Amino acid sequence: MLTLLFDGVAYGMLLFVLAIGLSITLGLMNFINLAHGAFAMAGGYTLVLLMQKAGWPFLPSVFMAFAVSALLGLVLEVTLYRRMYHKTHLEQVLFSIGLTFMAVASVDYLVGSTQQLVQLPEFLKGRTELWDGALGMGHYRLAIIVVCALLAWGLQWLLVHTRFGAQLRASVDDRRVAAAMGINVNTIFMATFAVGSGLAGLGGALGAEVLGLDPVFPLKFMIYFLIVVAVGGTSSLTGPLLAALLLGIADVAGKYYVPKLGAFIVYTLMVLILMWRPQGLFTRGNA
Amino acid sequence: MSTTSISLGAGSRARWWEFAVWILLLLLPVLLPKHSLLVSEITIIALFAMSLDLVLGYSGIVSLGHAAFFGTGAYAAALFAKHINPDPLTGLLVATLVSAVLGLVCSPGILRGSDLTRLMVTLGIALILQELANKMDHITGGADGLQGVLMGPVLGRFEFDLMGQTAAYYALAVTLLVFLLLRRWVHSPFGFSLKAIRDNRLRAQAIGIPVHARLMAVYTLAAAIAGLAGGMQAQTTGFASLDVFGFDRSADVLLMLVIGGTGWLWGGLMGAVLFKTLHSLVSALTPQYWTFWIGLFLVLLMLVGREKLLRPWTWGRRS
Repeated sequence: MLTLLFDGVAYGMLLFVLAIGLSITLGLMNFINLAHGAFAMAGGYTLVLLMQKAGWPFLPSVFMAFAVSALLGLVLEVTLYRRMYHKTHLEQVLFSIGLTFMAVASVDYLVGSTQQLVQLPEFLKGRTELWDGALGMGHYRLAIIVVCALLAWGLQWLLVHTRFGAQLRASVDDRRVAAAMGINVNTIFMATFAVGSGLAGLGGALGAEVLGLDPVFPLKFMIYFLIVVAVGGTSSLTGPLLAALLLGIADVAGKYYVPKLGAFIVYTLMVLILMWRPQGLFTRGNA
Repeated sequence: MSTTSISLGAGSRARWWEFAVWILLLLLPVLLPKHSLLVSEITIIALFAMSLDLVLGYSGIVSLGHAAFFGTGAYAAALFAKHINPDPLTGLLVATLVSAVLGLVCSPGILRGSDLTRLMVTLGIALILQELANKMDHITGGADGLQGVLMGPVLGRFEFDLMGQTAAYYALAVTLLVFLLLRRWVHSPFGFSLKAIRDNRLRAQAIGIPVHARLMAVYTLAAAIAGLAGGMQAQTTGFASLDVFGFDRSADVLLMLVIGGTGWLWGGLMGAVLFKTLHSLVSALTPQYWTFWIGLFLVLLMLVGREKLLRPWTWGRRS
């Protein structure tokens, strides 16, 4: 029972780091980016390729996963995404689906369609049992929880206590007024998009062992990222965090107790929540 | 008759090329007897795209899960034929009704919230149904698909043949019928009220259009027609599998509609023909990586804009 809860929290934390970039993109630019999972996949494959082909150790590879995805995000934002901001949601959706299809096919072509395995370093393997096995904690999952919690806390701090955070919040609340105050919204957004993509890449790298990694990753988990954002709302960090934890726990518990229904429970919950509160569970009034 | 009503009614008159295209389409099984199966496939997809046009083009609702209704129709028709009655037309009616009921049940979900919410709800419904069809394998055959569906002859006379001649005529006839009905329907006051809602929901409400009721009605109608298309697909192929609910299918049909243009019924038809032609051309070159090229095409189409991309002669000019 506690073990399930623990695994659910670890899963939820991963989802939070994966999805937070999407939440910011949506909140800031009102841009529906279905290709967000592709950045996560880029991070995952960076990790796997660096470790397998170049023989890098685990931790530097994770860092590189962040850097590569962030760079990819930066380049794509400047070259492609920026042109799409003023277009309709339908066009944005189709554009990002197109990007996702391209990413899936390219990875399939370059790396192959097999599931990739990650060799964890020695110090992250193993398991600690507490209270006569009532709570079994895999060390890797424990590390995930700690890292993601630190990240969430760091992001919150960045958002609340720094000048950049204040500018970002101002731009989210009202882009035009923020621009009129002399805030360079474009630069802010470029940086945010890069960091968001980088975080997705980091999540993809950390999650490669837990979630699995193959070319259809962006399509398989697209719905999960969207759930986190749609249920959590885009107005704060806490909303998506709570939504991600809820989703993680519900998914793990659902698959354990009623494996026959599997993902069915999660989807049904999502549809019902969205029918009940279309703006998301954790939002202040009508956003 | 005032000037306004004349200009509103102008679009409803059939133009000469519309007759010509339909005559050409109906002659296709004779002109290309070897490709009858392809003809029926494209026709069915076109009908499916047309149903999405009602939701997207006429009402402005972005749906990522329209395959939900297509799939429901397919399974309904296949199960009905297998267990109850192999008559195609009765089966089609059942498929349509079942999907319509599903559409009505789901329609409250698309009324509220933002584009993202609607996207998620429609996508979620398709995923739920796919999970259901996957897990209830004693009824649906699960991942193996529902096999061994034997159809009776159409109207008690025309057997489905291996070459697909009957299937092609069947699909074309039904699609033409639905097309004519829809054509009348979108040019009726009802159709105009939908466009008003699409263009400005608040004003539409202010002049007394019952927005929610209209949207629910059009969603149900679109669901019914998607189910009809799905039912035909299951009947002409004698098979229903999980991929009828797939995300790819919903995305593909969106793409067809965007290629063909939204909001004028012909968009679905033209888009389906163009898309399928493109598909077979690219697949012949790279069968495995076809999604890459379709992705590239989508990205370009969205970046450049449909108007410009489909008119190569304007590429040099600045807009």
